[in-house]
Parts: sequence; C-alpha cells; structure tokens
Amino acid sequence: MTDALFEIRGLEKSYGDRKILAGIDFDVRRGECLVILGRSGIGKSVMLRQLNGLDAPDAGEVRFDGLQVSGLSERALFPLRRRIGMLFQGGALFDSMDIFDNIAFPLREHTSLSETEIESTVRAKLALVGLEGIEEKMPSELSGGMKKRAALARSLALDPEAMLFDEPTTGLDPITSATIGRLIHSIQEDLGVTSVVVTHDVALARRIGDRLAFLDEGRFVFLGDWQEADASGPRALADFLTGREEIAHAA
Amino acid sequence: MNLRHNLEEAGNLAILAARAFRGMIAPPYEKGLWLGQMDQIGVRSLGVAGVTTVFTGMVLALQTAFSLPAIGVKYYMGAVVSKSLVRELGPVLTALIVGGRIGAGMTAELGTMKVTEQIDALRGMAVDPVKKLVVPKLVATLIMLPALTILGDALGILGGLVVAVLQLGLAPGFYLNDVLDSLTLGDVCSGVGKTFFFAYFIAIIGCYNGLKSEGGADGVGRATTNTVVLSSILVLVSDTILTKLFYLLT
Repeated sequence: MTDALFEIRGLEKSYGDRKILAGIDFDVRRGECLVILGRSGIGKSVMLRQLNGLDAPDAGEVRFDGLQVSGLSERALFPLRRRIGMLFQGGALFDSMDIFDNIAFPLREHTSLSETEIESTVRAKLALVGLEGIEEKMPSELSGGMKKRAALARSLALDPEAMLFDEPTTGLDPITSATIGRLIHSIQEDLGVTSVVVTHDVALARRIGDRLAFLDEGRFVFLGDWQEADASGPRALADFLTGREEIAHAA
Repeated sequence: MNLRHNLEEAGNLAILAARAFRGMIAPPYEKGLWLGQMDQIGVRSLGVAGVTTVFTGMVLALQTAFSLPAIGVKYYMGAVVSKSLVRELGPVLTALIVGGRIGAGMTAELGTMKVTEQIDALRGMAVDPVKKLVVPKLVATLIMLPALTILGDALGILGGLVVAVLQLGLAPGFYLNDVLDSLTLGDVCSGVGKTFFFAYFIAIIGCYNGLKSEGGADGVGRATTNTVVLSSILVLVSDTILTKLFYLLT
C-alpha cells in the first residue's frame, strides 16, 4: 500500500481551443486534506471532477488506491465511486425528495440495510453535521448552509474513504463558512477521511488544509505546506493569498 | 450548426436510445418508479388527450357531412370517422398533443437536474442516470401513449356520434353499427402500432435534450423548445413511413 491515495500524472483537459489543465502531476496522501486554490474559472472544479471520473481527461491518468480511474467506462467506475464521496457546489440535493430520502438514497441503492437500520444511519449522519430533526423537510425549505450540510451528510452515508469538496463555502456567510470548515476538518480528523477541497476561500483553506496546491494557467505553480507557501511561494500565490491582484485590478 | 455537429447529435441520441433499451430489458426492474411515471405521463394526460380526440371526432363528422352532402356520405359517417381516427388522427394527434406535454416535461425535469448538478450527484453515487431516470420515463411512455390513443379513439368516435345524432339526425345504433362493420383489426393494429414508435421517439428526445442541457434556466428553456419541435417533426415524418409500412403489412 502506497502513501498516496490519489495519484495524478500528466493530466490534460481542454474545452474547445482552451487548455484548462496542461499536464498536472500530484499525489493526495492518505488521511490528508489537500486544498486546491486558484482564481474563479481557472479549472479547479474541472480538476476535481477528474478524480472520481465524472469528467474524463484528454491525456494523463488518475489512480485511486492503485486502481485506474481515467479511461474506465461509466459502469466500471461505480465500485470506485462508492468509496469516494463528493460535495457539489450547490449541494445537488434531489429536490423531489425530502432530506431523509436524500440521505437514504445511496444506502438503498448500494446496501442491504433494513429500513430501520437506514433510519438510524440517516439520523446519525444528520447528527454528524448538526442537523437533527430536519428529516421531513424538502431541500427548498432549507437555507444555503443547511443544504450544504445535508448534502455533506448524504455524501458521507456510505462511509467513503475520500471526500471531494467543490467550493464548499461559496455563497455562504462567514459564520456558516466557518461551520462548514469545522465539519470538513472533523471528518478528516475523526473519521480519517482523505479530503480534496477546491476553493477560492483563503480563510477556509488556512483552517482546514494540510497542504495546498495553487492552480494557474493550467498548472500547479505551487504544491506544498502553508509554511513553504508563506515563506517561498510564487508571486501569483502570494498575490492570491493577500488579495493583492484584486487590489491592483481595482486600482 | 454544421453537418458534423448534427451527425454527433444523431449518434449520441442513438446511443441513449440503445442504452435505454438495454436498461429497460435488463433487471433490476424499478416498478415503483415505472408506476410513478405512468401516473405522471399517462393519468395526468387523460384530460388533454380526451378533449383533443372528442373534438377531432366531432369536427371530422361535421366536415365530412358538410363537404360531401351530394353523395350521401352521412350514411357512412361511422366508417369515415372511425377509420380516420383509428388509423391516423387518433395516434398522430395524441402523440403531438400528449407528446408535446410529456416530452417538454421530461426535458424540463432532467434539464433542471442537469444544471443543478443532480445528475452528476447520481453518477457520483455510482447510480446510472439512464437506468434511474430515463428508463422509467421510456417504459411509462411506451405503455401509456398507446393506452391514451385507444381511449382517445373511443372518445373521438363518441364525439362523432354526438354530431351524427344531434346534427345529422342519424340513429345512434346506425352510426355504431357502421363503426363496428367498417373497423378491422388491421386498422386498430396499424394505428396503435405506430404509437409505440412515437412513444420511443418522444421519450428519448425528451430525455436526451434534458440530459444535455447547459447554462441554467435559459438552456433548459431552449432544450424544452427543441424537444417539442423535434419530437413533433419526428412523429409526422415517421408517421408517413409507418403508414406505408403498415398498409403493406395489413
């Protein structure tokens, strides 16, 4: 067993003439929280979707726990995807189901648990994200932060080994963002889940990230820990972390 | 829109049609979802299908009687109305009216799920969206469109009866006897047989446009319009080919 849970080599992805990912190599270590930072629209979410095969790369390969992800058919990816949870930017709760059925959905699809066992699992997952008592509510009745937490509970239903977070705090107020950050951190610490978080929220990144990668012009121009980032990160990263570029643009 | 793009679209549509067919015949069969869709697609379309065919039957009777009074066509009213309805107008009008409603509904539902990442969430949870979302809609349409057509045919014939009795002074028994004497099993098979093809086209186009929707509400709106236009054209074009085919077979 290697130290790396995800191994990404030479990843390339283009949309039309625009090259989004231009040959990316990195590993995600077991148990760590890797934060991928970068400006909006730079391709962070595209990067994240390669890790569980939601998008296929044009070139390069992705491996999860030594198993090939890239190049597999949709059906062949299913066993891997059961081991990788994903929190989408808007939560992506099924709006035709109440919260109970949303969280029970993966359990009903992939386990042989009885309805009683499913019920207790759903309640446990909701308690984990601090949302007891909302089982019968519809997603449209929840605030943005509650939707994200309910979606997090759903993505944890099958006890994944890894979690992918796509902009988990976008559109949330600072207090709710801090709550989401605490939840991501506790999932990693208490449950030992390996996390990859795509965000442009520097405060969140500092709170939860063991290491950070900075995506710029299709490549990771920095990959390391916060100490290295603060001490010797490239100019683009330093500008991003301090918001200098935005200030320069505003001027 | 170049030729290459259109060919790609046609290819992707054919791939979805094949995947949906395979998903429909391979277990597990999600009967609960199928029944839910049959209610959504079939039961809730009863009103629109009924109104369409009743009034079509009535108009058909009026037009026939008033257009050709000299040759005494009113005495063949039952045959004219039932043959026209069962072989042609019932299946095509039901497919156009009900198909527009359910095809647009499928595109709007799946399109909204696509742009809000719910389809990706399904895939991310190792669930096949074709099996979970497309197959129930396809099965329900394949069952309910022929059922609605048969019901519509019957209601259309009754619409013709109303005109025949109240406007043309025919006896109800005379009209109904003419209907039963003139209609053959071949007429019914030809009319209902076409609806299975129409159902397949409507469901696959509705689902395909939904699953490839992009760009938020605007994209879903465009996709919904495309579904109504494309499924209507396909129903009318395929009707010509199928009519010829069924005449050769029956």
